[in-house]
Amino acid sequence: MARIGVFVCHCGLNIAGVVDVKKVAEELIKEKDVVYATTYTYMCSDPGQNLIREKIKEHRLDGVVIAACSPSMHEETFRNATRDLINPYRVEIANIREQDSWVHEGKDATEKAIKITKSLVEKVRGNYELEPIKIDVEKRALVIGGGIAGIQASLDIADAGYEVILVEKEPSIGGRMAQLSETFPTLDCSQCILTPKMVLAARHPNIKLLTYSEVTGVDGYVGNFKVRIKKKPRYIDVDKCTACGDCEDACIVVVPNEFDFGRKPRKAIYIPFPQAVPAAYVIDEQSCLGIAPLRCGECASVCEANAIDYDMQPEYIEEKVGAIVVATGYDLYDKNKLVEYGYGEDADIITSLEFERMLSASGPTQGKVIKPSNGKEAKKIVFVQCAGSRDKQHKPYCSSICCMYTAKHALLFKHHVKDGEAYVFYIDIRATGKNYEEFIARVMEEERINYIRGKPAKIYRQGDKIVVEGVDTLLGKSVKIEADLVVLAMAIVPKKDVKEIAKLLKVATDEHGFFKEAHPKLRPVEAVTRGIFFAGCGQAPKDIPASVAQASAAASKVIAMFSHDKLEKEPIVARFGDACTGCRTCFYICPFNAIQLDSNGKAYNIPALCEGCGVCVAACPVGNIKLPNYDDEQIKKMVEVVLE
Amino acid sequence: MSFEPKIVAFLCNWCAYAGADLAGVSRLKYPANIIPIRVLCSGRIDPEFILHAFRNGADGVFIGGCHPGDCHYIKGNYHARRRILLTKKLLKEMGINEKRLRLEWVSATEGRKFANVVSQFVEEIRQLGPLEAKK
Amino acid sequence: MKKKIAMYWGAGCGGCDVSLLGVHEKLLDLLGEVDIVFWPCAMDFKYEDLEKMEDGSIDIAFYNGAIRTSENEEIAKLLRKKAKMLVAYGSCATEGCVIGLANLYAREEIFDAIYLNNETTPDGKIPSHELPEFLPVLKTLDSVVKVDAFIPGCPPPKPVLEAALNALLNGKTDFLSNLALCDECPRRDSKPDKLEINEIKRWHSSNDDGRCFLAQGIICMGLATRAGCKAECITASIPCTGCMGGVDGLSGVSAMSAIASLINGEDEEKERKIIESIEDVVGTFFKYSAAKLLPYGRVKDES
Repeated sequence: MARIGVFVCHCGLNIAGVVDVKKVAEELIKEKDVVYATTYTYMCSDPGQNLIREKIKEHRLDGVVIAACSPSMHEETFRNATRDLINPYRVEIANIREQDSWVHEGKDATEKAIKITKSLVEKVRGNYELEPIKIDVEKRALVIGGGIAGIQASLDIADAGYEVILVEKEPSIGGRMAQLSETFPTLDCSQCILTPKMVLAARHPNIKLLTYSEVTGVDGYVGNFKVRIKKKPRYIDVDKCTACGDCEDACIVVVPNEFDFGRKPRKAIYIPFPQAVPAAYVIDEQSCLGIAPLRCGECASVCEANAIDYDMQPEYIEEKVGAIVVATGYDLYDKNKLVEYGYGEDADIITSLEFERMLSASGPTQGKVIKPSNGKEAKKIVFVQCAGSRDKQHKPYCSSICCMYTAKHALLFKHHVKDGEAYVFYIDIRATGKNYEEFIARVMEEERINYIRGKPAKIYRQGDKIVVEGVDTLLGKSVKIEADLVVLAMAIVPKKDVKEIAKLLKVATDEHGFFKEAHPKLRPVEAVTRGIFFAGCGQAPKDIPASVAQASAAASKVIAMFSHDKLEKEPIVARFGDACTGCRTCFYICPFNAIQLDSNGKAYNIPALCEGCGVCVAACPVGNIKLPNYDDEQIKKMVEVVLE
Repeated sequence: MSFEPKIVAFLCNWCAYAGADLAGVSRLKYPANIIPIRVLCSGRIDPEFILHAFRNGADGVFIGGCHPGDCHYIKGNYHARRRILLTKKLLKEMGINEKRLRLEWVSATEGRKFANVVSQFVEEIRQLGPLEAKK
Repeated sequence: MKKKIAMYWGAGCGGCDVSLLGVHEKLLDLLGEVDIVFWPCAMDFKYEDLEKMEDGSIDIAFYNGAIRTSENEEIAKLLRKKAKMLVAYGSCATEGCVIGLANLYAREEIFDAIYLNNETTPDGKIPSHELPEFLPVLKTLDSVVKVDAFIPGCPPPKPVLEAALNALLNGKTDFLSNLALCDECPRRDSKPDKLEINEIKRWHSSNDDGRCFLAQGIICMGLATRAGCKAECITASIPCTGCMGGVDGLSGVSAMSAIASLINGEDEEKERKIIESIEDVVGTFFKYSAAKLLPYGRVKDES
C-alpha cells in the first residue's frame, strides 16, 4: 500500500485564477492510496518546499505528486528538495499550468487538472525507487588514426594525465597533413608545424604509439571497451633501427611510392617520408624478395644495427579502454569517375593532393611545377574546384576546403613560376574561416589569378596541351583554355575502410559514409554510442583548424569522462526478464546497440548503453522487457484514469 | 448537451510535450478535451495503448513525436510512424474511423502548431461523434 | 476414485473432439483414470442427464468451440454449474478462433451471405423456427462464464494436450509455456544479424529458402505466439499463424508492434507501401483472436 501525498500549487493566480485548486485537492484525497492532499500559493518557494517536507515526514509519505507547472520547470527542484526524505523517482509533477490553466478556462480547466493529477498518482503508484546507474571507467583512451586530429586528441588526453593508445594504420603518423606543402591562409610549411607534434606524440610518456597497426575488434561499452589491435609485421625492429638508410641503398626492388602518389620511386624497404615518426624503416612484404620462401637478404646484410627480422609475425594486442576517439581521416574521390574530365587518365590532369606533393620541397619534383607528361615547367595551369563535389552525379556535398587550398595552390604556383598563368574555375567561393576571405582577396587581386565562375564542361588533350572548355557564367561567354596542367580539387570522401570501422564500433555513418554525430548542432563530436567520439574528416570534410578544434573537443569530452571514477547515468533503462525467446526484434531495432544476445540467443541489455527510449519495450512480443516508471501497466492505468 | 470528445494524447518528452508547454507559455487556447500523458519517446507507444484507450472510452487518440530526423532517441519516431500506420489499418478493419488516431510531429518550438493541430483534431472528432466501441 | 470428466462441443469444427484421440496410446491411460459422464459427440448423453447431475459433481469439464448460439451459452453455464473445474479446450473456446473473424460482420450480413445471396441456396430463406438463437456476436467461453484453465491450439497440439491432461488430472493448471514459439523454432538459428523487412511476401507465392520466415519477409506469428506445439507448422514449412494465442496479451497486437518495427522505415513512402501491402490486418494478426479483439463485434463508426 502506497502512501501518496498530493500538493496542488496555486502559482499565485497563474493556476488558482483558473483552476479550482481546492476542488482538485478534495477530489484527489478520495483516490486510493492518497493519504494527504493540500494546496499552497507557491509550492516552489521555500515555505512551499518545507510544507512538502513536513508533510512527507508527518504522513510518512512514500510518493508525492505536485500539481504545478511543467516538469521541465521544477521537477528537479522538488526532487532535490526532498531527496533525503523520499526517492526522487517517487516524486512526480502533474502539469496543470502550461498544459491546463494557461490554455483552458473555467470548469474544463478544473476537470482537466483533476484528471491530469489523478494520472500522475497512478504513475507514482507504479514508480520504482531508482538510483543512478554507476559505470566503471577504465581511464585510458584509444585514438584511431594518427593524422593531425588523432595526434591532437592524443596529446590533449595524454597531457591531462591519462594513457592513450594511438593506432595508425600506416608505418608513420602524420596523415594527410604530412603530405601538404604549405597551409592556408598563413602559408606555414605544413611539415614544419606538424613534425614537432608528431615527435611530441611519439615521445609522450602517456602515449602508446602503435603504427602499422589496425583495430580488428571492439567489444564492451562506454568506460569498458575491449579493443583488439593487429600489429602488422614491419620486419624492422623500430627500437634498433637508426634510419641510416643503408638498407634502402642495398635493396634492389624499386616500386612507386604511396606518399607521392607513385610519382617518386621507393625501395621495398623504405621510410614513408623523411620526417616519419617513428623514424624507422619498414619492409613492404608485397614487393620484398626476401620474405619467405626465397631469401634475398641484401638489406639485412648491410644493417649494422641488426634491426631487420624477416621472421616477424603479426602481433595481436588486446587493450582495455574507457573511451575511443575516431579520427580516420579522408581520401579523395576517385578521379576515374569524372567522365567529363577525361577520367583523369591523362598524366597532365592531376589531383589537388598530387599538386601538393609537387609543390613540396621534399616532393618528387623538389617543388618544381612541371608537366608530368614531359617534365617541362608548367606555365599555364587550370584549377578546377568542386571536382566531384556539389554535384549530384558524384557527391552532392561541399568538400569545404577546396576553395581555400585552390587559392593557395594558385598563389604558390605564381610564386614558383613567376611568369605563370593560373585560371580557377569555381561555382562560388566559400571562405568562411578566420582571415580566409582576406586570403582569397589577396590571391584574386594581388596575384592576378583569373577566377572564372563556372564549371568546365569538357577537359581533353590536344597535342601538347590540355584543353579546358567551359562557360564564364558572369560574362556569359564560353571559355577555352589551353593549359599545361590541370589540377582537380577532388571531393573529399571518407576512408575506404570506414564502413568496417563503423561496424566494429557499432556507430552509424551518414548517406555519404561519414561518421554520424549524435546531434548535428549540440553533440557534434560524440557518437550516439556513448564513449565514442569523432575528430577530423572522418566525420565531415573540414580544414586543419577545424580538425584540431574538433580533436580538442573530443579530447575534452574524454577528459571530462575520465575525471570521474564512475560514470553516472539516468536509471530509467529497459529491464529484461527471463522469458526471452530469442526472436531478436529488440536486438534488431535498438537505436543504441545496447542489446546483445547471450550464448543461447536470448537478449539482454547493457544498462550503461540503454537510453530508456522504450522502443524495444513496445516491440517485445512477449512482454519480457519493462521500462521502470514508464511501464505498460502504469501507462494503461493512466489512460483509464484520464478517460473516467 | 453537445458532445464533448474524450481524447488521450501521448506526447513525447522531448518535442511534443515541450511544444505543448510552449503553447501554454504563449497562452494559446485550445479545447480541454485532450488529456496529455507524457512518455519518453513516441517509440514507446505500443499499439496496445491505443486500443486500450479506445476500449476505455476514448473518442480519439493523439500522438505527438519529434519531427523525422530530430528524435532524441534517433529513430523512435520512425517506429511510432510505422506502428501507427499499421494500427490505423487495423482500426479501419475493426470499423473504427482511422481519423480517430492521429500522429503529428511537433517540435519544442512549435507551440502554435500544437495548439492548432489539437484544436483541429478535437473539432474533427466532434464531427465524427462519439465512438461506441463497446456496442 | 476415478475423476469424472465431461467434454462438450460448442461452436467449432469438431477438430477438438478428434484431437483428444490424437494422444494415441495415452488415451488408454486416460480412460483408466477417468469416468466420462458427458460427451455428446462420442456417446449418447442428453442435456437432461447433465441437468440431473448434482452441482459440482463433475471434476473437469472440457468445453471446446466458441459461443455462437444461445444453446452454446446455456450449456456453458450449465457445465460451469455442474463442474468443479471448467476448461476451455482449444482455440475457439479460448480466443474464438477462425470463426471469430465473423465478428467483423453483423449477424444480418452473415445470414445474408449464407442463406440469401449465396449461389448454392438459390431460394434462400433464413431459418427461423425451433432453433437456438444465433447470437449477435461470437463470444469466447470466458466472456460467458468463469474459466479455470485454457488449453489453446487449433486443435490443441499433442504435446500441449498431454501436458494439460497430465496437469489437470493432478489438480494443476500451470501447464503452459511462458515462452514464444521462436524459442523452439527449428529455424531459430537462421535469424540474421540484421533484419529489415523491405517487402511483405505471401507465403504461398514465395519460395521458402528455409530461413526464419520474417527474414524472408513472410509474416510469421511465432515471435508472439505461445510455444509448446514443438513448431509443427514450421517443421512443415508453414509460418506460424498464431493458434496457440499470445504470451503477453493478444498475440496480434504484440506481433503488429514488433513486425512494424522491423519494416524498413528509412523512406516514408516506401514504408507506407510495405505496410499497405499487408492485406487483411485482422486476418493476418488476429486469425484466432478476432473475437477477443472485437468482443462486441465490428465497431459501427462509418461516418
